[in-house]
Amino acid sequence: MANKSVWSDNRFWQRSAAWITGFASVLLIWLTFDTSAQISMGNDADLQNGVTKRVPGPTVINYKITYEMSQKRGHEVPIIGGNDGNGMSLFQEKETFFGRDDWSEEEAAELLHLGKLGSQVKNCMNCHTLLGNGAYYAPDLTKAWLDPAWGPNGSMQAMTGKDTKEEAMAEFLQHPSQYPTHERMMPNLGITAEEAKGLVAFLKHMSSIDTNGFPRNFGRMQGAINGK
Amino acid sequence: MASNHLTGIGSESKQLATWYFTFAAILFGAQLLFGLVAAIQYVMPGFLFEVLDFSVARMLHINALVVWMVFAMFGAVYWLLPDETGIETVGIKIGKLLYWVFVAAIVVVVLVYLFIQVGPADETSIWFIHEGREYIEAPRWADFGIVVVALGFVGNLFLTGIKGNRSGIVTVLMADMIAFAGLYLCGMFFTDNISVDQYWWWWVIHLWVEATWEVYVGAIAAYGLITMIGAHRKTVEMWLWIEVAMLFGSGILGLGHHYFWIGTPEYWWEIGALFSALEPLPLVAMFIHVLYDWGKTQGAEMANEHTDEDHVRSVIKNKPAFTWFVLNAFGNFLGAGIWGFFHTLPQVNLYTHGTQFTSAHGHLAFFGAYATILVGMMYIAIQGTNGIKVMKHTKSSIWAVSMITGGVVGMTVALTIAGYVQVLVSRAQMGATWAGYFDGQSGMWFAQAMDWRLIMGAVTFTGFLLLVKDFLSTGKNPVHER
Repeated sequence: MANKSVWSDNRFWQRSAAWITGFASVLLIWLTFDTSAQISMGNDADLQNGVTKRVPGPTVINYKITYEMSQKRGHEVPIIGGNDGNGMSLFQEKETFFGRDDWSEEEAAELLHLGKLGSQVKNCMNCHTLLGNGAYYAPDLTKAWLDPAWGPNGSMQAMTGKDTKEEAMAEFLQHPSQYPTHERMMPNLGITAEEAKGLVAFLKHMSSIDTNGFPRNFGRMQGAINGK
Repeated sequence: MASNHLTGIGSESKQLATWYFTFAAILFGAQLLFGLVAAIQYVMPGFLFEVLDFSVARMLHINALVVWMVFAMFGAVYWLLPDETGIETVGIKIGKLLYWVFVAAIVVVVLVYLFIQVGPADETSIWFIHEGREYIEAPRWADFGIVVVALGFVGNLFLTGIKGNRSGIVTVLMADMIAFAGLYLCGMFFTDNISVDQYWWWWVIHLWVEATWEVYVGAIAAYGLITMIGAHRKTVEMWLWIEVAMLFGSGILGLGHHYFWIGTPEYWWEIGALFSALEPLPLVAMFIHVLYDWGKTQGAEMANEHTDEDHVRSVIKNKPAFTWFVLNAFGNFLGAGIWGFFHTLPQVNLYTHGTQFTSAHGHLAFFGAYATILVGMMYIAIQGTNGIKVMKHTKSSIWAVSMITGGVVGMTVALTIAGYVQVLVSRAQMGATWAGYFDGQSGMWFAQAMDWRLIMGAVTFTGFLLLVKDFLSTGKNPVHER
């Protein structure tokens, strides 16, 4: 062994591989503990007490949600219940969701549960992207709740003939092929009225998740075609 | 040794391997077929609308992909185990039984995908129809079936490795396959929190394709180099350990590049960017290794024979398989390495995330890193089961490899262009809204790119048909040395 370099020794590389793999795995597990704590879902008390969570509790559906620039973080962040002027949520301003802004923690959680189940069972992810992951055959749904097209002056709300964003979305989800927006249409997936309500709650909740500024400039660039 | 690589005759493990390869090839065809349906729908949106919608075609496309690769991976291990360990695989009878369980489960899952498609939004649908999570859509009951089959496979591998001669290749496979099987468990739960959902979902997808599967490829490439060109085991295995260190060293924390935008904290920007930027390095190493070993063995052959360029015999014992292995070395580096690096930094990924860019990378990477080497292993099995000493190319093997590779590269280029349009128009210019999305999709460059993708997809599929023809006929072809 004396004349042989350690660099050409299989056992040296075997041990290196084991140590490197072990070290990377331990680091990943440690980071997973930290991340899991940071992305655990908040609750109604957090919203009442003005605690900002990366993934707010289900009762966030009782609040007005916007997506605004935070100077401190250098990108847009979800703002819940009004902006304090510095890109932080005030958790004050409410907004009705299917006519109510007092959904209890239990009711809201139930709706979100139904919506999340629905998002999987209806296979949303194999056409759309959610948080940017999925298929690319249909628009990203991360901030769909905040899309101007569904707003009071939006083309989608007008097309469905409904008075509110949530009713317009629910109507579209139940009868998508009645409201074609493009040659490429969404198929009828047998979504019931209750399931549609859940799905819209799921979308509203998803829009309140802090995605580190993804997508950039969402809904801010209307009509800016060909650089104009 | 109980058998050697030139004859698989008499080895039950090798027989089981050919079963696995056969079903893998059938699913490979299904993958391409449903891919074609989805590609047609981009060009003609009315095609099979509300009959076999894009979501269903695409689910079948990517699930068939994952499952054929898993089948071929299991098959390749059953093929090489007797050669590496010198004994017949332990528990081969259970292995054969589990094979049929696996096949039956997959057939049922596919039929349900095709004919039931969607159900009501409740847990029953998750258990019996599909889970609606990209790549691992299989319903929960099938998850448990897959775990049982995977445990049986890992059990066979471990018992054989412990009882027989445990080479470096077998040692790497043992460690790698247990991680591969174990990671599947991370995808087997339901949560209302979509950030938590995607966090663990990536543990399965990323730690499979960018860690454990890559290490698997390293081990198979090592086996291939030893059997096909007679490369020196010690050199090959030293490289294998270096590759394992580099692949796991970069790939495990490279997981962070999926955690930029799913609700997870900002520190993943730095961790994901750094480690995923290192991920191409082992792929360069693997590429160099294959070509270096080839040149080295061929050079040694020339020196041994004391002959000149024109009269030296090729050291390659299986030309078609070796072609696919070299393509693997190149395709892994290009598809996974270069196309992955294109959009792995968060500054770029903010705009490319969730566009056809990802799809371009996905096509070239899955093909370059995995499809190539697994097709190569199928050729090694054909050589073995037909007792061929030196396997030559046939017309169809050359046309097959050329058309499949040309088709996939063509699709990748087309999808990359489509991705650019999406990034510039839908994202940078239009701010990612519903209207912005369709502005991008209606662009002429996007539409043309999708036409080319369909054409190149058809080229790929034609190449696949030739590949099947070659698989079925080359064994008896008199052109080979026996």
